[in-house]
Amino acid sequence: MAVTELQLPRQPRRVALGWAFFERQTNLWKRFWAWEVVWLLYGLVNTLSITFIANEAAKSGAVSRAEQPRLTMFLLIGTLVWAYLSAVLDDMSLTIMWERWEGTIEHTLMSPVPRVVHLVGMSVFGVLHAFVRTSLVLACSLPFFHLELAGANWGAVAVVVIVGSASLVGLGILAAILPMLYPERGEQMSFMVQALVLLVSGVYYSVNVLPGWLQVASYVSPATYLLRGIRDALLNHAGFGAEAGLIGILAIFGAALVPLSLIAFGFAERWAKKTGRLKRQG
Amino acid sequence: MNTTGERQPLPLEVEQLTKVFKVKRAPRLRAGWRRPRRVRAALAGVSFQVHPGEIYGVLGANGSGKSTLVRILSTLLLPDEGSVRVFGYDAVKQAASVRPLLNRVSVDPSFFKPMSAMENLLFFGRIYGLSGPDVRRASAAILARLGLDGEHAREPMLHLSRGQQQKVAVARAFLSAPRLLLLDEPTTGLDPRSKREVQSFVSEARRDRGVTILLTTHDMSEAEQLCDRVGFLSAGKLVAEGTPLELRKLVAAGRPLEEVGMEDVFIELTGRSIEEDEEEEEAG
Repeated sequence: MAVTELQLPRQPRRVALGWAFFERQTNLWKRFWAWEVVWLLYGLVNTLSITFIANEAAKSGAVSRAEQPRLTMFLLIGTLVWAYLSAVLDDMSLTIMWERWEGTIEHTLMSPVPRVVHLVGMSVFGVLHAFVRTSLVLACSLPFFHLELAGANWGAVAVVVIVGSASLVGLGILAAILPMLYPERGEQMSFMVQALVLLVSGVYYSVNVLPGWLQVASYVSPATYLLRGIRDALLNHAGFGAEAGLIGILAIFGAALVPLSLIAFGFAERWAKKTGRLKRQG
Repeated sequence: MNTTGERQPLPLEVEQLTKVFKVKRAPRLRAGWRRPRRVRAALAGVSFQVHPGEIYGVLGANGSGKSTLVRILSTLLLPDEGSVRVFGYDAVKQAASVRPLLNRVSVDPSFFKPMSAMENLLFFGRIYGLSGPDVRRASAAILARLGLDGEHAREPMLHLSRGQQQKVAVARAFLSAPRLLLLDEPTTGLDPRSKREVQSFVSEARRDRGVTILLTTHDMSEAEQLCDRVGFLSAGKLVAEGTPLELRKLVAAGRPLEEVGMEDVFIELTGRSIEEDEEEEEAG
């Protein structure tokens, strides 16, 4: 005897489903606004303390007075890009860790939301959240320094940041895998991976100063190209033509990392479902 | 069966379901780095069917495999052997088709605790494709039926009692209008009044919406009151199945039926009391 197939409910629009994650993150952010102020202040103090090293270097004669603004800008870009990158990665891994602790991850994963919509929805919030926080730190830092911004190519900076952010989304999704599998150790491992990216990407120095074997690692970090692109546009006034190569590399990173991270998350989710790791912990 | 002679798929068909976990033992110095593992069969060849509009109870002690069963049905755990079909769709191979059809209340009401009940419901409603206004309207109606007003809905979940949180969890499960509802010990830890409110809401939902329900519990009177049929799960095996009356008759052995409770049925059919099963689980 034939068995009739049950009519499934119509699949909702992906944008509407993705909005659920954006809205949830916004609601969580509202409840923790005091922490947001703390992180903003911490980010500002961190940025100032690192960038003042340029003043010290000029005062002690390590660099000439003429080179000081360039060093200031170099360090400022490094701290801001690092603040941006770490905020995106933290947002993703902390959210998944939180979902594990609260046990809501089971309800999220059993819902009909496609995984790509779930993760991209979270990432979009993470990127915008990090961008707003970093912009505020930049705005508050500017009065402390005399910066030569005439000739800076802001258009190129914008393109580098937008294209580079796609690869950060990929890294963010990868960073979310570990806390899904191991809530506590996963967060620890995630911080270690971030530390490695900090070391090899030339955040506060040029990657040329690294030992040869570490320079090799810098090639596979998208942060290396993001930093180089922004520094070239702001310090060397590089135009779109000069930046095309770096933008292309960042685009390749984004095009590769986003699908790869989604595939990796899918494998991890399947393994978690095989071994029963999604059960609430905490 | 419909007019064209085609059979409607059953809400739930479980066949020979088996799930084994490898459990890590406490580390011992002599064992070196590798922590020894023992194998525990959470489910060992469980088979049953649930019919449309039925409330099917799965009774068993803590650790008998009830939650493992519900997790597999919810597409959150992959079975080692056997199959699960939800309205004809394979829960492993066609998980994306199964998910819109079901929802679940777990023993532990998991929420984003700093967010309000309504913010949580907004999120969990939206991921099932509901619009904001629809979620607000439906949530308010369900919460009111469960005895929670708008004030409660605006409170952070942290400020709500365990019973109130569990009622919000029931509202979350009903928001998506599931065809199959999995209730995993929904009344455990609730005060008698909250328990009664949740139980009567479940009966009402089945009556008014025709939703099919799988209820796991270790509360024998709850099972007798709510379930059309029950299955006893003991050490991962379904050891008996039938209506509460059928099962009581089965073990009555000449005694008046009113003297035979579901607890007696459980002891008779599993050879142990529910407390013994729980103690063994804690010791293991």
